[in-house]
Amino acid sequence: MTTSRSLPDRLQSPLERNLKSWESLLMLVAIGIFIANSFASPYFLNAWNLSDATFNFTEKAMIAFAMALLIISGEIDLSVAAIIALASTAMGAAVQVGVGTEGLVLIGLAVGLTCGAVNGFLVTGLGLPSIVVTIGTMSLFRGISFIVLGDQVYKGYPADFAFFGQGYVWWVISFEFALFAIIAAIYAVILHMTNFGRAVYAIGNNATGALFAGIRVGRVKFILFLLTGLMSGVAAVCLTSRLGSTRPSIAFGWELEIVTMVVLGGVNILGGSGSIPGVVIAAFVMGLVTFGLGLLNVPGIVMSIVIGALLISVIALPRLWAMWRS
Amino acid sequence: MQPELNTIVSHATKVAPAPLLRLSGVTKTFPGVRALSDVSLYLYPGKVTALVGENGAGKSTIVKVLTGIYQPDEGEIKIDGAAVRFPTPQSAETAGVTAIHQETVLFDELSVAENIFLGHAPKGRFGLIDKDEMASRAQSILAGIGAKIDPGATLKDLGTANKHLVAIARALSIDARVVIMDEPTAALSQKEIEELYELVESLKAQGKAILFISHKFDEIFRIADFYTVYRDGQMVGEGKITDVREAELVKLMVGRDVSQIFPKRDHNVGKGILEVTGYDHPTEFADIGFTLRRGEILGFYGLVGAGRSEFMQALFGITRPTKGTVRIDGEPISIASPADAVSSGIVYVPEDRGRQGAIGALPIFQNVTLPSLARTSRKGFIKLAEEFKLAREYTERLDLRAASLDTDVGNLSGGNQQKVVIAKWLATQPKVIILDEPTKGIDIGSKAAVHEFMAELAAQGLAVIMVSSEIPEIVGMSDRVIVMREGRIVAELPRDRITPETLVSHAAGIREDAQ
Repeated sequence: MTTSRSLPDRLQSPLERNLKSWESLLMLVAIGIFIANSFASPYFLNAWNLSDATFNFTEKAMIAFAMALLIISGEIDLSVAAIIALASTAMGAAVQVGVGTEGLVLIGLAVGLTCGAVNGFLVTGLGLPSIVVTIGTMSLFRGISFIVLGDQVYKGYPADFAFFGQGYVWWVISFEFALFAIIAAIYAVILHMTNFGRAVYAIGNNATGALFAGIRVGRVKFILFLLTGLMSGVAAVCLTSRLGSTRPSIAFGWELEIVTMVVLGGVNILGGSGSIPGVVIAAFVMGLVTFGLGLLNVPGIVMSIVIGALLISVIALPRLWAMWRS
Repeated sequence: MQPELNTIVSHATKVAPAPLLRLSGVTKTFPGVRALSDVSLYLYPGKVTALVGENGAGKSTIVKVLTGIYQPDEGEIKIDGAAVRFPTPQSAETAGVTAIHQETVLFDELSVAENIFLGHAPKGRFGLIDKDEMASRAQSILAGIGAKIDPGATLKDLGTANKHLVAIARALSIDARVVIMDEPTAALSQKEIEELYELVESLKAQGKAILFISHKFDEIFRIADFYTVYRDGQMVGEGKITDVREAELVKLMVGRDVSQIFPKRDHNVGKGILEVTGYDHPTEFADIGFTLRRGEILGFYGLVGAGRSEFMQALFGITRPTKGTVRIDGEPISIASPADAVSSGIVYVPEDRGRQGAIGALPIFQNVTLPSLARTSRKGFIKLAEEFKLAREYTERLDLRAASLDTDVGNLSGGNQQKVVIAKWLATQPKVIILDEPTKGIDIGSKAAVHEFMAELAAQGLAVIMVSSEIPEIVGMSDRVIVMREGRIVAELPRDRITPETLVSHAAGIREDAQ
């Protein structure tokens, strides 16, 4: 067959595409909030205060990156906060029998991975819908914590265990923030630069089509549940270390905040599109808003109203823009 | 053939009573396709008219015109001599036209009575649904068709056959004078079919005009009074069923010059590459076995529902057969997933392009490289430049028309989407390519390009399986044809025996007289 003419690779350069993207819009929102905050409170532009502010989102964001991949693939995991509770309870129980810091970290991560494997098996092995499965395991995992702990509290974590949630690696850069940055980079590479990431997009856009293209759809989804569980375990280590204690209500309600972060970051809740840079910016936006309102002594209830309003208005903006133009 | 047709037409109009429904001069076009071209149809009170034709002859389109789903571009419909128009499905129902479809949409969670009267439930005080009235009317309709079903039962608790009876009851719940049955026996057992025949007789006795669409010749000759044949959107014959033989109907259905636009091939077939033996599935197919050779185009012909696609999807690892073996180059292979099939060199271009074949929201180059990512990456990391290179190589071989390789596949025409799917598989350098209805719903130009490309692939030694319901395509392209009926291979035809008549006879289960 003759090659009559050549097809161009692209009509739009990647740079041009980025400038028109959701992430650019979100970046503007983040800058706007930063400026507003610095006018609203004299304490905002202080390196240590800003460093403190990052604790509002680092643990949630670690999970949000894995959750972003899961949602892009068309699945969801609502049990993440319950996994934190279970992992933290397991670590607390281990402390009571004298397990050291290394052992605690391993237990936290192992519980996370196991919970992820349970979710992954129920969804990919038995073919159940992930939203139902993880609503179920959400109650199950946290229920175990409640049974084990009741109204008790686990304390007595080793002194060097405190580093994960309270330590600093350099000047104002906390260990958690550094870990957040590294995890963000790893997930950005996985999603945007590897065959695995390409498979995630393909599955999210058309799981049947991906299967017919020879993608091992079940295997990819199972790995995504494992990763989400693992990240919940990592977050459990950081959060338990930062709080220095475990209650069964730890990280209560985080699953929705994490999903909010992912959606705010431009990930389509129906799957198929989204990016890690978007989720990173969304994490900062949510952290800055919470922190700014905290400096102004706004109560927590009002904060959640503001976050909700922010989510809906940012999501609605592109739609309103399109309606206004047509 | 033309003069012969005219005599049939005039003969029919001479002997028949005044038609209850008269449809004439109807033309319906879709972008790029003329689905119906100046067709007519007559339905008589108390009589059954069978509408026959190949897949794509326009049967479904005429049903949609008659039930108000499609608006014809030209032509008119008269009931009892008065012109009527059906701008909506409701207006067709009001005029007394009702249809029992191949797959009727029913509602699993609603009761039988609610299913029957959905949209036209009897109303009581304050405009609320009169449940007692609805139940008793449902009871009498069900009794009228001999169904022993509780109107209060939830639909999902019924078996397939009873669901079908509910669908029939729904069609009859409006005061219908014209009843359209679109392949009503496709999902029924022999006993249920007999019951359906009795129902048809009782509808006839009530003076209803019945349009009966079927691929099965035995039932057409059993219950029809008149026949009408469509081919390529045109009416090519009609008359009394007693005046026609099966062979003549077959000839009317397929009669056309089939050697026209297909590429010339030298049919140099090599040695065997794929060997399938004893492939069984609990419901879809049984005992499938054949050998495919290098450089061969093996056609699979059969009616819709003969189990061809189901078998191909099992061969590609989408579903599992209960038993059977596959050998490639003599080596037995195990296919548990499409990924296994692809790595064994078997690839599948599905019929359902939008859902299975392509990922519409991803750009062309990503669709093409999806199964070949291992070759365009290093240690799992994508190398964009190599990806574009591979995508360009294969899309240009297929002469793909698009703005750029970054264009989303969903924005391409059907023909170009098909080229992307084929390019995707060729990039994996397969040994066996299965094409399921490769030219369905694509324009003439792309069709010819796909045919030419298939011939070229075979000439290069690739083994090709082509599942097609289009007789000209099967006749024009195949080196050998396997005909399937009801999940089994019923005939294997060498090149010199592939004729439209033999294909249709074997597919429909007609014995020797039609050949």
